[in-house]
Amino acid sequence: MRAFDYVRAGDTAEALREAGGAETRFIAGGTNLLDLMKLEVMAPGKLVDINRLDLGGIEATGEGGLRIGALVTNSDLAADARVRRDWPVLSRALLAGASGQLRNKATTGGNLLQRTRCYYFYDRGEPCNKREPGSGCAARDGMNRILAILGTSEHCIATHPSDMAVAMRALGARVEVEGQGGAREIALEDFYRLPGDTPHIETVLEPGQLITAVILPPPAGGRQIYRKVRDRSSYAFALVSVAAVVAVENGRIAKAQLAFGGLGPMPWRDADVEDALVGETPSAALFDRAADILLAEAKGHGGNDFKIPLTRRTLAAVLTQATEADQ
Amino acid sequence: MQFQLDVNGERHALDLDTRTSLLDALRDHLGLTGSKKGCDHGQCGACTVMVNGRRINSCLTLACMHEGDEITTIEGLGRPDDLSPLQRAFVEHDGYQCGYCTPGQICSATAMIEEIKAGWPSNVTDDLEAQVEASIEEISERMSGNLCRCSCYPGIVDAIRQVAREEARA
Ligand SMILES: Cc1cc2nc3c(=O)[nH]c(=O)nc-3n(C[C@H](O)[C@H](O)[C@H](O)COP(=O)(O)OP(=O)(O)OC[C@H]3O[C@@H](n4cnc5c(N)ncnc54)[C@H](O)[C@@H]3O)c2cc1C
Ligand code: SF4
Ligand code: FES
Ligand code: FES
Repeated sequence: MRAFDYVRAGDTAEALREAGGAETRFIAGGTNLLDLMKLEVMAPGKLVDINRLDLGGIEATGEGGLRIGALVTNSDLAADARVRRDWPVLSRALLAGASGQLRNKATTGGNLLQRTRCYYFYDRGEPCNKREPGSGCAARDGMNRILAILGTSEHCIATHPSDMAVAMRALGARVEVEGQGGAREIALEDFYRLPGDTPHIETVLEPGQLITAVILPPPAGGRQIYRKVRDRSSYAFALVSVAAVVAVENGRIAKAQLAFGGLGPMPWRDADVEDALVGETPSAALFDRAADILLAEAKGHGGNDFKIPLTRRTLAAVLTQATEADQ
Repeated sequence: MQFQLDVNGERHALDLDTRTSLLDALRDHLGLTGSKKGCDHGQCGACTVMVNGRRINSCLTLACMHEGDEITTIEGLGRPDDLSPLQRAFVEHDGYQCGYCTPGQICSATAMIEEIKAGWPSNVTDDLEAQVEASIEEISERMSGNLCRCSCYPGIVDAIRQVAREEARA
């Protein structure tokens, strides 16, 4: 690990002041940042510890939603009684991620900003445009079974590995950020960037900006499911995951909010898929048509070709379960 | 950097490089070698300690971030002549072979039983709002962050289940 200066900020204003330089990073749980710093994949010259900031609460919002402080741990969020009752897909997604120990440290803000698990990103001996812009992408013709089939570019085919963010995307969450210039809210759908020819820039967050909270809109109701397909049944990242909020009324699908993990560089959501489902009678043929739309542009890279049929089957399984008359 | 750490009820003044992980501080600077380093990347659980009662991987956190926290390691849970209930149960149920993962397993399980008592659900809990029981399935899922290279899982689960049941009755 490279040497760095360490500053413990007492409040948000101090954290923002200290985070001026390009070489500076905030540290929250540290479970992703320190992992990458040990390998010198990331090497900030200064860390601003934000753990003493007052960003740890979960509060009801005026519109009937929840405001989740950026420092709320994944454990506390998953166990929150309101989340379990009214936004269960979020509890499910959190509980499907990492381990008990990691969830106790991982924070809401840090989870959103965790970086890809692409093997070549972690291996400084290999070319990787995300780690070292312009060096190439070893994954395209390498071991890419865990990588993306949607939203990729010739420069990068990495996935965003979070489970939590997939559920938040299905729920239509917003990210509250604060910088020297003040505070603003960004819809999660506008928060991440496609790789294009700048895969090292992953979000619209500017250097020195702090995530202060994530806002959930009022409860979406419906049946909520998080299904994660992975190489082992616990403590493994998703190959494919689906977060679903689905309601059926009078035999027809009245609501379908679907987000996907493991497929793209951001939690993936496709309005055309949802439009194709709403108003229709649930059937295997309908679910297949939804998968056709979702996967129309999907592109495998050899090792991850299997994700295309796997996504089709996982989506069908989730929609079948979500629309069954009685459970 | 100068800072203090409260470990197992004792305060220590330290002057360490900011890069020092909590695990390295415990092992190399405080002589508490019970916590083990398996992977140094959050992947094995051998370094598990409790911070303010919660289990964490001490390899993925900086020592200097823990000033004011109450840190408990395996050395703080029991002594050879005064074992904690889980330490005793691991002996009774053959919950280890080489013993390398054991301190992490026991710290993890100690905090995990409290998580069950607090009603935290897990990935295998059917009803997110119901009180959970320390079933084999629940224990296996909740302990998945602790690997055992000797694969003593049956003994580990038996030991934890016994203590979780005793505590539920108490
Ligand atoms: C072995 C292992 C298995 C895992 N498995 C899974 C899994 O199955 N599913 C899953 O979803 N995740 C998994 N994870 C990843 C884990 O969820 C993340 O490491 C964690 O959520 C990151 O949160 P943190 O608070 O520790 O972030 P940190 O490591 O502290 O920070 C991550 C990044 O976010 C920045 N940052 C943090 N907070 C803020 C803020 N408030 N404002 C601005 N910037 C900020 C930091 O500067 C850094 O760049 C796993 C991790 C490990 C090590
Ligand atoms: S897929 Fe992206 S992260 Fe992986 S090697 Fe290519 S550029 Fe790097
Ligand atoms: S040494 Fe910390 S998890 Fe392996
Ligand atoms: S007893 Fe040997 S690793 Fe668990």
